[in-house]
Amino acid sequence: MTLSHCIVLALILCAIGVYGLLSRRNLIGLLLSVEVMLNGANLNFAAFAHFRATDPVAGAIFPVFVMAVSACEMAVALAIVIALYRGRRQLDVRSLEELRG
Amino acid sequence: MVEQILNHSYLALFFPLAGFIIIGLGLGRESRKLASAVAIAMATLALCSSLALAWAYKLTVLEQPGLYPDQTLVATRTSWLNFAPGMSADMGVLLDPISVMMLLVVTSIAFLVTIYSIGYMRHDPGFVRFFALLDLFVFAMLGLVLATNILQMFVFWELVGVSSYTLIGFWYEKPAAVAAAKKAFIVTRFADAFFLLGIIVISQQAGGFDFSLLNSPAIATLLNHQVAILGLDVNLLSLTSLLIFAGGWGKSAMFPLHVWLPDAMEGPTPVSSIIHSATMVVAGVYLTARMFPLFAAAPGTLTVIMTVGALTALFAAVIAITQKDIKRILAFSTLSQLGYMMFSLGVAKTTPGGDILVFGYSASMFHVFTHAFFKCMLFLGAGAVIHAVHAGDLEQMGGLRRRLPWTYCAMLTACLAIAGIFPFSGFWSKDAILLAALASGHLLVFAVALVTGGLTAFYMFRLFFLTFHGAPRHGHTDPEDPWMTCAIVILTVPTVFAGGLEHLFTATVIPALPAPLVHSQAAWLPWLASGVGLTAIAGAWALYGQGDLRLATRLCQRLGLAHRIIFNKFYLDEAYLFVTRRLIFAGLAQPAAWFDRQVVDGAMDLCATILQAGGQTIRCLQNGQLQVYLGAAIFGVFFLLTFVYLI
Repeated sequence: MTLSHCIVLALILCAIGVYGLLSRRNLIGLLLSVEVMLNGANLNFAAFAHFRATDPVAGAIFPVFVMAVSACEMAVALAIVIALYRGRRQLDVRSLEELRG
Repeated sequence: MVEQILNHSYLALFFPLAGFIIIGLGLGRESRKLASAVAIAMATLALCSSLALAWAYKLTVLEQPGLYPDQTLVATRTSWLNFAPGMSADMGVLLDPISVMMLLVVTSIAFLVTIYSIGYMRHDPGFVRFFALLDLFVFAMLGLVLATNILQMFVFWELVGVSSYTLIGFWYEKPAAVAAAKKAFIVTRFADAFFLLGIIVISQQAGGFDFSLLNSPAIATLLNHQVAILGLDVNLLSLTSLLIFAGGWGKSAMFPLHVWLPDAMEGPTPVSSIIHSATMVVAGVYLTARMFPLFAAAPGTLTVIMTVGALTALFAAVIAITQKDIKRILAFSTLSQLGYMMFSLGVAKTTPGGDILVFGYSASMFHVFTHAFFKCMLFLGAGAVIHAVHAGDLEQMGGLRRRLPWTYCAMLTACLAIAGIFPFSGFWSKDAILLAALASGHLLVFAVALVTGGLTAFYMFRLFFLTFHGAPRHGHTDPEDPWMTCAIVILTVPTVFAGGLEHLFTATVIPALPAPLVHSQAAWLPWLASGVGLTAIAGAWALYGQGDLRLATRLCQRLGLAHRIIFNKFYLDEAYLFVTRRLIFAGLAQPAAWFDRQVVDGAMDLCATILQAGGQTIRCLQNGQLQVYLGAAIFGVFFLLTFVYLI
């Protein structure tokens, strides 16, 4: 396993995430896609840390941080999703098009 | 004391203005008693202050001839507009013989008309509004009369026009009144446009607005040269003076701009009395007299004034004979008398030998003075008649002598005065005008004046006999109102006796000339004029003395076409309608409106349509769909990356 394999895998993950973001209609599906993209990025961090960094630990800490932040983000996002679902009984993003505050 | 009065000379102006503000803004629609009390109080105060001012003027100027050689005193002066150094206009109060005369005439007539109106307007729903507007008019008229410079005069000139407009259209629910108000405003505005042009030209040349500056010989010399305008070689002095005179042409309703005055009779009768006979319409004559030194220096201007005046005098008198509405007859009579005043100014100083002869000037001003009283009274009397029988048509009157005895006597004196019968006031002023016309050597004008005098006597007594004599041709008659009768009876005093002031007047207005010149030049003239007047009255008696129209109707049928043309006022109104409707509206205004709608607005609409269509297209992008935005962003990133890579 070389660095190139890892980068290609991360790119594939990121592309899957983007595809999901663009094609999914369900809000939860979108959140899952965002997670997939984030994991692609995390993998990139970890791979570069492993293959290139003089001190691999410093590089490995970043994915941990990202995971923590994205967990918080998910908690907030899921709360919004639940609130939306209570109000509208559906989560299709194409019907959620009012940009009013 | 005298100095105090002169220092506070603006008070004469202030009281009517205060009346307008208090009544117009402070009082409700139903506070009739309070409104009439305020109106009378303000009219009395204005009259008192103007009397005091005249007294102070007499003591200061007339009794110290050495101090004021041109008899002009500027009592109050405050700086008003400072356009540039050497180009500024002041507001002020100018006192000279003619302005003091007008001041007294305006305030005294306003006082009497206010009293009269309380009776005349008693049952009108617009009672309070009427007095507010009347006070506004008096304020504006006094400002015009006392103006120290031509710009101040112009401002008040327009204010007078506005108050005339509002008072002609006072009964605004009557379409005829609204049309008449618009007509009066538009016609006078048309003339005022030229007036303003004249003011601009002369003030630009002279570098100031003051009458003393504009009337100085230096300005006349400065302007007296040829200029090329539109390829024509014209004298700038003549052009400027005619432009200024054009203002008076419209305001004093000279032919052919006279069309608004007969229609202005749609207003309440007290308004016709004060505005459209005694004071406002005289403003044109007053302007001409004010600018007289300039006009007299201009080649040709006085000839134009004389011709227009004489033409109007004769023309209006001829029409007045055929009219049937009592107020219209008086309106045409006013036109005719205004023509008298105008041509009298025009014949001044135009002797063939080039001698200076300004007798016509004082004669004209004296006629302004006497005419104001007797014409005001004629209108007030006509108003009393209309008030009694509720109609203005002569065919519905007759036999009112018993019902309206006071009005009958008063109208008789006024008719005798306007007919120029000795010793009533009109005799003296008309005789002075005839003498001026004769002395100037314009025999045609003299003949016109003489004939017009006869016609005047004829139509006035036609009106008089048809109204008061014969059998009644109407049902119910209201009794005389004490307020109205009181004003009419007071007016008989100046109507009868104002002629006695002639020598004093002439001596004041023309200090250089010895007063006894007046009636000694042609001793046969008063006899001739009286003879013409008495013959005309006898003719009126023969035709209408029975108080009915039978004889006259037969005569009219005999005359046929001529009578019809004159009765329809020579079809001038129709000619104006043709010019305005057919030529200006259909030929000019409608194409312009079409151009405006289709081309100007069309271009604007096209811009808007393009922008709207663009907006509609772009709107689809801004749809609130997060995924579309994201897709666009990713597409953009790819695009940029490709772009960077390719370069």
